[in-house]
Amino acid sequence: MRQFDFSLAAIMIGTAMLATGVFVLPAWILSMVVTIIAKALVVISVVILMRAGLVSFGQGLYYCIGGYAVGLGGPWLNVTDMFALLGLAALAGLVSGAVLGVLMCRYREIFFAMFSLALAMILYGVLSQSQALGSTDGFNVSRPTVLGMMLATGQVRTVIYLTACLLGGGVAALIHVFFKSEMGYASQAASENEIRLQYLGASPNRVFYGNYVLASVAASLGGALLALNYGHVGPDMAYWTQSGEFIFIALVGGTGNVIAALIGAGVFEAVRTYALEWAPDAWQLILGTVLVLIVSFMPNGLWTLVRSLRPGTRRRTAIENTL
Amino acid sequence: MSLLLAIVIDGLIYASWLFIIASGLSLIYGVMRVLNMAHGSFYAIGAYVTASLVSWYFNHSTLPAYGSFVLMFLAAPAVGIVLGVLVERGVLRFLIERGELITVLVTFGLLLMFEDIIKLIWGVQSYYAFEPYGLLGSTDIGGLTFVNYDLAMIGVAAVVAVVLWWALNRTRFGKLLRAVIYDRELAVSIGINVSRVFVMTFATGVALGALAGGLVAPSITVTPGLGIEVIVLAFAVVVTGGLGSIQGALLGAVMIGLARAAAVNVYPELELFVIYAVMATVLVFRPRGLFALATSRKI
Repeated sequence: MRQFDFSLAAIMIGTAMLATGVFVLPAWILSMVVTIIAKALVVISVVILMRAGLVSFGQGLYYCIGGYAVGLGGPWLNVTDMFALLGLAALAGLVSGAVLGVLMCRYREIFFAMFSLALAMILYGVLSQSQALGSTDGFNVSRPTVLGMMLATGQVRTVIYLTACLLGGGVAALIHVFFKSEMGYASQAASENEIRLQYLGASPNRVFYGNYVLASVAASLGGALLALNYGHVGPDMAYWTQSGEFIFIALVGGTGNVIAALIGAGVFEAVRTYALEWAPDAWQLILGTVLVLIVSFMPNGLWTLVRSLRPGTRRRTAIENTL
Repeated sequence: MSLLLAIVIDGLIYASWLFIIASGLSLIYGVMRVLNMAHGSFYAIGAYVTASLVSWYFNHSTLPAYGSFVLMFLAAPAVGIVLGVLVERGVLRFLIERGELITVLVTFGLLLMFEDIIKLIWGVQSYYAFEPYGLLGSTDIGGLTFVNYDLAMIGVAAVVAVVLWWALNRTRFGKLLRAVIYDRELAVSIGINVSRVFVMTFATGVALGALAGGLVAPSITVTPGLGIEVIVLAFAVVVTGGLGSIQGALLGAVMIGLARAAAVNVYPELELFVIYAVMATVLVFRPRGLFALATSRKI
């Protein structure tokens, strides 16, 4: 019999609770929650890659592709339906991830990090120079229709909120199941030692490719949600400091569980909202300090704390860790 | 013809600047296997230090104007050495053993910290130190006018390249460095004081980054965000040339410098694109760059 999965239950209950929030929460919080979910999807994609031992300094590439797919779907392809736009963004992420993945799965460690950074910067360079797309300012995304209906702004916001909750919960649950699957474990094995994985009969390249494409789709969906929420896209989405932010959240949350990415994104966005008001010139200083401390003393992120609370688990000794 | 000339000379000027930054980055990586993201901050600090000292020099001192060049060559590297020693001893030495990815993330954290520390010290306003830029006059080459200060950068970069080559290949310390680059564990076992080599390398690399910032300060406006823009460029150069290789940094800088100058002169919209396109093209054919260091396979 399969063991009861606490994390999966927590994701479902959390999604349901968040969705009911649409009746009680004020509009600005609803918008913030959508932003958090959008960013959490990209953070999840960074976590997917991190579990396979790859650090992407260019996940903003797919975040931007998803956002621009939503922005350009209307004017270029005449797609105005919100769900069709989300589908279009996922498709754009899938196709670009599948093509670039062929190239990317040859690289490891810092080479992967630097090459992913270069790809994102190429997109940034192209978009910020193309005047038809508003150069560095980007452009506004027109209000989408919902299932063929033209709704009022407030109603569209409600639909976006509920969609974001379902999408966020759905992707988180799927990825959680993925982490527990054969492929998920193979990814962790690939990060530990590729040659041993080959001896076990799996292809590390195929594992990396699968993870890369999956991460691309998740990140594109995040970008699409953000574009719908803000009603604006710009090349900054692909700039490397944006990708750095995603890595930051992923590291602070830790790669142990998808829920960590969701909570991490929430805390990050909430803290930033206040920190930018309270100390605008010290925000990066705080980020940097936290990053250095977390990486130095808590390499598995804050999720380590959650794990140590759970009964039945004990801290591994130093010797066990090196084995 | 004059277009070609403009591309070549602009490209070489840009390449010299890139090489001074990238050589420090590559040296640090070669010896320590640390891809130093904070290099951009050290560059920015060099630029700020130089800009404030040079404008102070011209406003408050009666010494000859050429003295400002002495100041430029001494101040920024000195600050760089101090910062390099502090960062290496204070943070990096504890984390080097944990692998390249960890140190990339830590130096990324340091980059963010330095961005705000710079703003706390110098504020958010712009600094100008234009006086030395005009001191050397200008030269006409084939009907085009070039500022001599820019042309002198090519000379400085050449001197840096020669000194680095000489120091690595013809001195005792260079031999020690090459031993550490080749095999760190073996170097320890034959009695090389690797942690001392690390401090000296890191300080030298940071000083080169700061020097580049200091030298470029008179020709630009020194504003916040300077370091972040530069670091991705420097990465493109060292990754193209092969991480850890000084020849690689030189070749990478020339390739990227010329490609960018060509784009700027012919089709300016592509300026950012070509830099990364050169890097991506090289990586597709040589995944570890042009002059990659050999690595062993982990079983």
